[in-house]
Amino acid sequence: MAVTTATPPRHHRRRRVIPGFGLTLGITLAYLAIIVLAPVLALALKAASLTAAEYWAVVSSPRAVATYKITVGSALIATLVNAVIGLLLAWVLVNYDFPGRRFLDALVDLPFALPTAVAGISLTALLGPNGWIGQWVEPLGWKIAYAQPGIVIAMAFTSLPFVVRTIQPVLEEMEPEAEEAGLMLGASDGQVFRRVIFPTILPAFIAGSALAFARSLGEFGAVIFIAGNLPMETEITALLTVIRLEEFEYPAAAALASVMLLAAFVMLFVTNAIQLWHLKYVRGD
Amino acid sequence: MSGLPSPIGSALVTDLPGPVHHDDDSAPHRQRRIGQRPAVRRSLIGLAAFVGAGFLLLPVVVIFVEALRLGLGPYFEAISESATRHAIWLTVLTAIVVVPVNIGFGICAAWAITRFTFKGKKLLITLIEIPFSISPIVAGVAYLFLYGSQGLLGPLLAAYEVQVMFTVPAIFLVSLFVTSPFVARELIATMQVQGNDYEEAALSLGASGWKTFLLVTLPGMKWGLLYGALLCNARVMGEFGAVSVVSGSIRGQTNTLPLQIELLFNDFSSVGAFAAATILTLLALLSLAGKIWLERQR
Repeated sequence: MAVTTATPPRHHRRRRVIPGFGLTLGITLAYLAIIVLAPVLALALKAASLTAAEYWAVVSSPRAVATYKITVGSALIATLVNAVIGLLLAWVLVNYDFPGRRFLDALVDLPFALPTAVAGISLTALLGPNGWIGQWVEPLGWKIAYAQPGIVIAMAFTSLPFVVRTIQPVLEEMEPEAEEAGLMLGASDGQVFRRVIFPTILPAFIAGSALAFARSLGEFGAVIFIAGNLPMETEITALLTVIRLEEFEYPAAAALASVMLLAAFVMLFVTNAIQLWHLKYVRGD
Repeated sequence: MSGLPSPIGSALVTDLPGPVHHDDDSAPHRQRRIGQRPAVRRSLIGLAAFVGAGFLLLPVVVIFVEALRLGLGPYFEAISESATRHAIWLTVLTAIVVVPVNIGFGICAAWAITRFTFKGKKLLITLIEIPFSISPIVAGVAYLFLYGSQGLLGPLLAAYEVQVMFTVPAIFLVSLFVTSPFVARELIATMQVQGNDYEEAALSLGASGWKTFLLVTLPGMKWGLLYGALLCNARVMGEFGAVSVVSGSIRGQTNTLPLQIELLFNDFSSVGAFAAATILTLLALLSLAGKIWLERQR
């Protein structure tokens, strides 16, 4: 047997020509620890200081459960609305040339650029009982502002760009051969869309919708102005958390905030998983 | 803009998706064969235009019309009211403090991540992006439980008689949290594409690390840097939820412009609220224009 040293073959690390590894990584980690991790940890510790029974009493109280239903339910409807509108906008922006196309393309970014409080008061001025649209709609018996439809519209407004901007590049990159083959074989436009185009954009469509849903769950500024904020009816979880803080009910606020944090991490995991699947799908491996 | 992962290959959850790199954004990419029948085409364009006008443009129009409802005189009176003026100043001050700090952080993070290989890089990228997934309200509450009297550091701060919560520094801190990923994410994407061949060449020819950074890296990443800084600035100036938890909203002291808008709106001072909102709206439109301009530069 040949005499070999016990050490496994080492990966010869290339000598680092570029300086500053320790410095930049050190600053990055220190900054993240102080600015991002410390507060999140402090919140988790505060929530953990409650006994299981106390914690459960807060997070399963009827008022809290009502806020989950309103928040999640409204976010789901807003996401469905955005899925339809987002697909329409992406399709039109990519496939048609028409006057004002670039203006419409720029408009899509507006909800991200506009501060949420500004969007909130603006939507309220539009949809409120005396608002531009509200005054014509309310006599018909449709209450939008200070009711759930208002919450849905505020959430849909702030998260629309996610859907459009995730589908748009995939539609742009799609090769025409597959759909041309479909057309030559006698498929109708609708069939080509359903069988060829939609399956291709599906991962992006789902990824964009998941991002929009995650954003809607945490939305506060745009929603509170238009929601009406009635306990058990139009109160979102974020607002109940703030109300508990204002009442100096700190443990309750910590517990509710921890539920929102947990939901955010679950959504982070889900959207990451979807995007990985999406990448695989796009690369075709 | 795309919500897709940046070229690093890690799936990133993004709040503000990065830029779409249009090769030619003056015309649609390619004529698609389906959906080109005039009736289909016209009705889809019509629907999209309706959504654009009614859902996206109308809210902006409302702000200006409501602000000018009583004419120019009351409008200028409203924005020159002392509490509103102070709120404008505090918002600008917050941006002056927060944006440069997050540029510094972004450069460090992008340098470490794109120029070196190390274990845990993907985890680090995920950590950097975390503030995008956390609701601003949760961010504010988290800061309260770190620096507040009920918080982790509360007893320590009280012993030294330092008050952080409900002061201007608290607004700075929470704004740093909310906007920390913007510059970092853009720079990571930009520097990844840029590669480090030129830097290695400069260094092996004897340039110092700093000189290489200033003369080689910085010129190559300037558009990405500006783009990230622009998004960061827009978000800092407009942040509402996180700031509202930690500021204490003391009129004329710790009220930023978005908080001042809420206060005026709840006081039924409609013209005041919308007048203040026009300033933030103009800033938002300016940011959009700047964003489009920067996307052309790259």
